[in-house]
Amino acid sequence: MANREEDASQKASEILKLERVCKAYNVGLPTETEVLHDIDLKLDHGEFLALMGPSGSGKSTLLNIVGLLDRPTSGRLLIKGRDTAALGDAEITRLRGHTIGFVFQYHLLISAFTARENVMMPMLADRGFPSAEIEARANRLLGQVGLEKFAGNLANNMSGGQQQRVAVARALAMNPDLVLADEPTGNLDTRSADAVFELMRQVNRDSGTSFLLVTHNMDLARRCDRIIEVVDGRIRA
Amino acid sequence: MNRWLPFEWIMAVRFLREGRLQTIFIIGGISIGVAVIVFMSAMLAGLQANFIKRVLTSQPQIQLLAPDQVARPLRKGAGELEDALVQRPSQRVISIDQWPKIASQMRAMPEVTAVSPTILGSVLVVRGDASRSVTLSGVEPDSYFKIVKVPDYIVAGEPRLTSEDIIIGIELAKDLGATVGDKLNVRAASGATRVLTISGLVDLGNKGVNQRICYAALRTAQSLLGMIGGVTTIDITVTDIYAAEEIAQRIQAANAVEADSWIKTNAQFFTAVQAQQNTNTLIRLFVGLSVAFGIAAVLVVSVIQRSKDIGILRAMGTSRGQVLRVFLVQGGLLGFVGSLFGAVMGVFALVYWHSLARQADGTELFPLMLERSLFIYTALLATITGLLAAMAPAVRAAKLDPVVAIRG
Repeated sequence: MANREEDASQKASEILKLERVCKAYNVGLPTETEVLHDIDLKLDHGEFLALMGPSGSGKSTLLNIVGLLDRPTSGRLLIKGRDTAALGDAEITRLRGHTIGFVFQYHLLISAFTARENVMMPMLADRGFPSAEIEARANRLLGQVGLEKFAGNLANNMSGGQQQRVAVARALAMNPDLVLADEPTGNLDTRSADAVFELMRQVNRDSGTSFLLVTHNMDLARRCDRIIEVVDGRIRA
Repeated sequence: MNRWLPFEWIMAVRFLREGRLQTIFIIGGISIGVAVIVFMSAMLAGLQANFIKRVLTSQPQIQLLAPDQVARPLRKGAGELEDALVQRPSQRVISIDQWPKIASQMRAMPEVTAVSPTILGSVLVVRGDASRSVTLSGVEPDSYFKIVKVPDYIVAGEPRLTSEDIIIGIELAKDLGATVGDKLNVRAASGATRVLTISGLVDLGNKGVNQRICYAALRTAQSLLGMIGGVTTIDITVTDIYAAEEIAQRIQAANAVEADSWIKTNAQFFTAVQAQQNTNTLIRLFVGLSVAFGIAAVLVVSVIQRSKDIGILRAMGTSRGQVLRVFLVQGGLLGFVGSLFGAVMGVFALVYWHSLARQADGTELFPLMLERSLFIYTALLATITGLLAAMAPAVRAAKLDPVVAIRG
């Protein structure tokens, strides 16, 4: 009985679980290439995980699968205990929008919109219409990342570091359980990179949002809760 | 952000606004296309209305006549002919058999708007030493003037037709040296004679017709032509002038009359009208196609330019349907906005051309016909064209793999 309760609470604390996940391209063709092999990975609520590995090791593919942008060829992917294999495109899109936030290295914001509007975007896509509530939340998030003064600036009129902080605010717009950050500091100078990392760490500490951070920066990785290394499509223990 | 606009509209408007130059050029292209459609349609409608007015207000749309009189071969007995060769008999002026019954049947037809029994015959009009052989039309003014707008063509006097009145063509008046108020001696071939007073002069726009035409009251003409109570034609107007031939054929099939429509009697004119309509339709089709291809080309480029934005949108939970609608709205908006500018350009061009194009006598070549329906139709056509043209790029955008799109 005690074991079962322990098991249930463990499941409840898991935001993400991968079981023997493989990913291959050109399946069935002579050029078939497997880029991920039997990946097992678990991420708990509130955990801040660094994902490292050389270029071409499969980090981005793994991140795309975890972010429900791509599907594994085999194995299971569970988000908050829910198996995603049986979900259709619309359900996957909905789950992604409500559970996962993204921060990319390039193409951070949509240039036609201001910083505030970029942060409002995920909420707008979900609700359909703008509202005072959505705008207020966007302002609050921009305040959280220290950019309330730049709320009305077009994305193109902001520095890389500022854009990345807006991207973090946008990733948090739907109050996600998990934020996936694909080398979010890779394009920034050391000071800006440090500021963006600290911002994410702060959010993680304050709201308990889990982070999966892909990075090449060992200094930043050391400041995470855990480091996972992917080499040749496998997780190195 | 406008609180009343849904997500897809906000995205579409911003994307169009950001690609300003591209948007301006394509709206310019659509506007020119729409302007051509508005200009051509309004001008051709004006020209056509002018022609039709000229033709159909001076003659009935359908005319019912007594059937041709035919001679039948003599028969000796069953199946045996006395003489197989028969000569076509001369056509006597006879009344339509049971015309009041046929006229009331015509009035009961929903597609018929006016019916007027008329008697036509040749008479001699004499004034002093001058005499002319003319065609006398005996009409009931109340019903006949709804079919042939005689009052519109009166150039002197008034459209009055009591039993003592006669309205004559202006050329005939010149030939006889007569004017309004003068008396004319009208003689029929049978010898019957009446003295009638000229109440009005008409100009039907054709010299030959103006030399021969005479209108008198139906009963006066019946008595002159020796056909008391009879009529030689029943004139009809219908709701849809282009359905006149089909209605005429139906009437002929159901009654012992010959029915001639304006389409049959003015075959050349009708062919010209049809050719104009076909040309206009073809122009609209090709302009519509070029507008559609223009919109599609711009949106295809836009999808490529926006692929990273689309990837980000998809990553943050935007559905394929929403992405599809963002691009469909762009297509529809381009078409609609282009149609507004195009309508204004078309109207300016039309007004300018209307002021330039004049007939030899200085009157307008065509009436300025700017009907609201033309603008509504054109705006709808342009918007639907925009939506259809946006379909392929929109589907392409919706199908974009977000991983590939973000990676660029």
